[in-house]
Order: sequence, then C-alpha cells, then structure tokens
Amino acid sequence: MNNTINLVVDGRPIQGRPGQSILEAAQAAGIWIPRLCYSKGLVPHGSCRLCTVYVNGRPQSACTQPVAEGMFVEANSQRLLELRRDLVEMLLIDGNHFCMFCEKSGSCELQALAYRFGITAPRYPYLWPQRELDASHPDIFIDRNRCILCARCVRASRDVDGKHVFGFYGRGPGKRVAVNAHVRLADTDAAVTDKALEVCPVGALVPKHQGFTVPIGQRPFDQRPIGSDTQPEKAPKTR
Amino acid sequence: MVAKQTKRIVIEPVTRVEGHGKVSILLDEENRVTQARLHIVEFRGFERFIQGRPYWEVPVLVQRLCGICPVSHHLCAAKAMDQIVGAERLTPTAEKVRRLMHYGQILQSHALHFFHLAAPDLLFGFDSDVSTRNVFGVAARYPDLARQGILLRRFGQEVIRATAGKRIHGIGAVPGGVNQNLSPAHRDALRGEMDRILEWARAAVRLAAEYTTTHLDSLASFGSFESNHLSLVQASGAMELYDGLLRAVNARGEVIFDQVPARSYTDHIAEEVRPWSYMKFPFIKPLGPEEGWYRVGPLARINTCDSIDTPEAEAARQQFMKLTDGKPNNNTMAYHWARMIELLHAAEKINQLLHDPDLQGTELMVRGARREEAVAILEAPRGTLFHHYRVDQYDQVTMANLIVSTTSNNEPMNRAVQQVAATYLSGRPEITEGLLNHVEVAIRAYDPCLSCATHALGQMPLVVELFDCQGQLVDRKQRGG
Repeated sequence: MNNTINLVVDGRPIQGRPGQSILEAAQAAGIWIPRLCYSKGLVPHGSCRLCTVYVNGRPQSACTQPVAEGMFVEANSQRLLELRRDLVEMLLIDGNHFCMFCEKSGSCELQALAYRFGITAPRYPYLWPQRELDASHPDIFIDRNRCILCARCVRASRDVDGKHVFGFYGRGPGKRVAVNAHVRLADTDAAVTDKALEVCPVGALVPKHQGFTVPIGQRPFDQRPIGSDTQPEKAPKTR
Repeated sequence: MVAKQTKRIVIEPVTRVEGHGKVSILLDEENRVTQARLHIVEFRGFERFIQGRPYWEVPVLVQRLCGICPVSHHLCAAKAMDQIVGAERLTPTAEKVRRLMHYGQILQSHALHFFHLAAPDLLFGFDSDVSTRNVFGVAARYPDLARQGILLRRFGQEVIRATAGKRIHGIGAVPGGVNQNLSPAHRDALRGEMDRILEWARAAVRLAAEYTTTHLDSLASFGSFESNHLSLVQASGAMELYDGLLRAVNARGEVIFDQVPARSYTDHIAEEVRPWSYMKFPFIKPLGPEEGWYRVGPLARINTCDSIDTPEAEAARQQFMKLTDGKPNNNTMAYHWARMIELLHAAEKINQLLHDPDLQGTELMVRGARREEAVAILEAPRGTLFHHYRVDQYDQVTMANLIVSTTSNNEPMNRAVQQVAATYLSGRPEITEGLLNHVEVAIRAYDPCLSCATHALGQMPLVVELFDCQGQLVDRKQRGG
C-alpha cells in the first residue's frame, strides 16, 4: 500500500502521510505556515485561525485539516499574509500587550509574528480590557493581560501533565483562562516544571523570579525571525 | 481691577529640556514681575501603575520613565530589587558591569546636555539670534565641537549597549546581579576609542571652565542663590555616583547630615505637594519646607564631596573649588562646569573598568533571604535618585515612591526662574524673546527631566480658586488630595 499522499502547496508538489495535517506536511517540506495555537505534541485546536490556508479555494485551518491526494493548497499568498496580519493586530489590541516591559519579549511568538509580518503598530483602537493577575502560586505568575486564549496550557495540562489545571470561563470578550480551583492557582497542583508553562506562546504564564535573565541578543527571536528555521523570511510587503 | 492691571507671560513649551513644562510670569501695571513659576504640565504616574506588577519586572518597567537616562532608573530599581531578593553583596563582576553601564549613562547624558542643549546659549549668548541659537547653529559654526559632542554621546551609548543589550531601555541589570558580563569583543572595541574620548572630555572641562571664569561677573548673579546641597558620597567622603551614603551640606559647606544609608532616607527627607505643579517639593526634614530645600546634580555633588577618586577629575575639581575658596559654589551657571568635570570622571572610570578583568567574570547573580521593603539611592546624571518599594509575599509591588532628581531641583529651579525674571524682565517696556530665553537658560542649567519627575497619582490635588477683582478668594474647589 502506498502511504504517500501527493499535494501541491504554493505551486510546489510535496508529499504527506495519511493523518498528517497540512501544516505538518508543509513544515516537513520546508514550507512554514504561521501558527499560534498549534504546538508540536499537543492535540491541534484550530482556534487562532492564523494557519488558515485555501484548500482547493476554500479556507481551512492547516493544523486540523489532514492532507488528501490532489489537494491544491495556497499557504503563503499576499491575501493570506494580510488576513494573518489582521488576526495578529486584533490579538494585540484585544489584550494589554506591553512588549517594552514584558519578560517574554524576544521569545514571544505573538511579538515575533508581528515582527515577521511587518506590524509596527496596530491599526485598530486598543480595547484596554480589565484582566486579572494571579500571583498566588510561589513559582508561577499568571498575567491574563497577555493571554491570547490559545488553549495550549489547557491541552498541555490535560494531555501531557495529566492535571487539568487550566480551562476557560466566560464567552466572547469576557472569555478568560481559568484555574481548577475556587479562586487561585496556588490551590491547584500546578508546578513550575509543567508542560503547560513551557508551551505558553506569550507572557501570560511564566515562571517566577526568572524574567530578563537571558540577555538581549541571546533570546530565540533576537537573531532569527520566527519560522525561519523552516523557511527563511521574505521581507514583508509594506501596506 | 486686578485682572486688567496684571499681565501674564507664558513660555510654553520650555525648550531644550527633557519633557514638557511651561513658565508663567505675572507682571503688574508697571511691568514689574510679581510671580514667576515653572509648571510641569505632563503627568506620568508610574508610582501607581507599577502596583501589582512582579518585582523582577520593575527595573525594566520603571526605566520607561525616560528615554534620556533610563539606565539610572533601571539600576536604581535593580539595586532596590537586590535587597528584595536578599542579595546583600553582588559579585564583583555584577557590580562592575553595572557601574560601567552607569558611567556610560553619565557620559552620554552630560554630553547631550552640554553640547546639544546648553552650548547654543553659552557659545552664542543668551539673547543671540534665535534662528541660529540651536544645535544646528553650533554645528555650522563649531563643527568640531558639535562632532565631539555627538561622538562622546555615542560612545556612552555604546558602553550602555555592551552592558545592557540596547542603547536605550536595555535589560542588563536583574534582581541580584546582571544577565551578562562584558564580552572581550565589546571591551576591545571600547578600549580602542578611549584615548580620544578622554581627550575630548578634557577639552570639554577646559571649555566649561574658561566660559565660567571669563563670564564670572555676569554669571555670579545669574539665577544664583544660597542653598543646601545633597548627594551620595563614599564612606571616605569622595564623590560616589552608583552606591554610597547621603550627605547634605548648607550654603557655607557645613554638614547637615552625613553617612546616611538609603534605608533611613525618610528620617531626613520629606516631600511637600503644591497645587500648581504635578511635581512634588522635597525638603530636608529637620529644616522644614521653607529652609530645607536643596539642590542636587553635578554642582551639588562637587559641593558635597571631599574629593574625586580619579586623578584628572580631582585636579579639575580642585581648580573649580578655588573659585569659592573651597566653600560650596552657589552659582547656578557653575552647573555646566561641574557637569563637565563629572563627564571627565565618568570617562576615567570607564577607562579603568575596561582594563579590569573582573568585567569578564562569570559569576553574575546572587540570591539570599527575601525581604519585603527596599530603598535604593543612586546619583543619576541630573542628581540624587530615590526608589522606595514594598513587595508582598506574592512577589507583587504594593508601594512605590520615586524621588527623581528633577523633583529635588524643583524649588531651586523656581527660585532661579523668579530671580532671573525679576532681574532681566522687571520694568522693561518690551519683553523680547532674548530676554525670555534668560529664564530658560536658568532652568536649563539644572538639566531638568520633566517627564521623570511627575508620578504621584492620587496625591496631587487639583485646586480651582476664584478671586474677585480685589484679589479676595471667593470660591475654592478641590479634587483628590
């Protein structure tokens, strides 16, 4: 039985395996599709929509859509770049993101995507939502101002740590990451070594006492733009 | 009617200073100055909005107060957070990397002020042609000097970049130490520039000294007044910019207090709020607000210290002190000379540190027993800087009080404004731009940073007063306070 699936991504014929997502097959072929809620090793969530591609002309999230024989995938076109820029800009105004004093600067995937997409400032007005901090845990700090509701922590805690520490409450603009206790993270069995912390793409869930200990120049995205280990960056087109 | 007789002149914005401020001058029917004030019209409020933030974020957050001397706030907050994490004594590498960053800061900030902000007044005259009385005028007429100013500043910023990671708003100092040492590559690149930096610093001291001594007659009375002076000093009494003990002297040089550690500052310094400015007025407690105001910054530091621990700056200090027979110099315009002596001192210190192998050490951070309250004091380019924090058991800031150098110089600047306005504007039939610039020259001598100086959210009452034509108060409304 032939286990190879042939598809075309951005005009390039590539091969995938049964059950593999478009995002993973493209990655293996050296084509980087931007993503935020996707994290290798976690069940795909398909919620951030940043990996949206056109499959035979229809929009699909590349992290959840399995490859199929004969697919024509548009993954990195100008119209998709613009769509992704819009999504990142909306995320930037939806929370309270202050990169200038955020300890995740230089290793934040949201910031790195903004840089890669050439976003210098969002075009939409900031919403300045009221978000709560949770500093109750001795080793972990939650800053919901920076949370983008990607659910990586929810999935990692449930599926990797086996703890179910994180979940969501509320809907729409009132949706927040919740902890599995009456009020505080300190009343859960969360630990600083949990996968849930490691996978947070932004500065919402951070280990305490360690901020800013990596010098500028040695942080993951200081030297190489996000995604450039898969596909070197092309200069973003200016709006 | 009072309203018809009184004339109001407003200088807004005050130019060639950091931040936004205005001066208002009230004149009576014979053009005599009845009141002159420097108002700070911007509001920052950092003291309030860092509440709730985690302590390790504070050195990076509070430096956003300022784009001119962020290193001062970065290091002062880091020194406070050292105490919070129980780092009693930093490793030699950490302390020296921070000092190097600080001297880079002093050098670049002083160069910026002298060559770019103050030079047009000093080189062309206070009431010279306004179209050339600016940095472009300096560049056209004195190209070498303008270039030296730019390159001195650039060198200082490169020192900062080598230690903090960025020229502005770096992240080098962390609670308990630093996140990197000085790499040999950075060290060698900086060493390569050192000779000409020292030469230009010497020349800047000569220029400032010559300017002050040749204009002594006119400068001696220009915005000058007797005052107390405050700064850090070493245990030996020598000048100290990074970490020392507080000393205050009066106008005659008599010690008011000495060797006061940072944690005891509230025993000696208090702050007064006045309704017409967002800036507080600090004073020496036992002397009270009327007598206890003081000056900080380069002039105060030269006046309080017994010596400077680098040879060329010490020789320059001795020459400076000769002018006043070893007593404090109370001449506002002497700030410029004092500032250049410090620029030379910073260059000498940088040179020493670039030859110190401790800067390449690898022990960067220490920790100890957690504490909940910390006070740190540092000499920023513009003067003594106080950071006072409380951090709770959840690692969140619950209280912050910042006394910024410009705040300490608030009363002196207002005195200088009042005095210059009374001397140069009073009774004149016409008040020209050149005359008004005299007022700005007096403010500029203090190199104020107005954006740094305004934070006290919730403490600053807004007062509206309604006077009748006889000047009698008929209504008063107050918010906050």
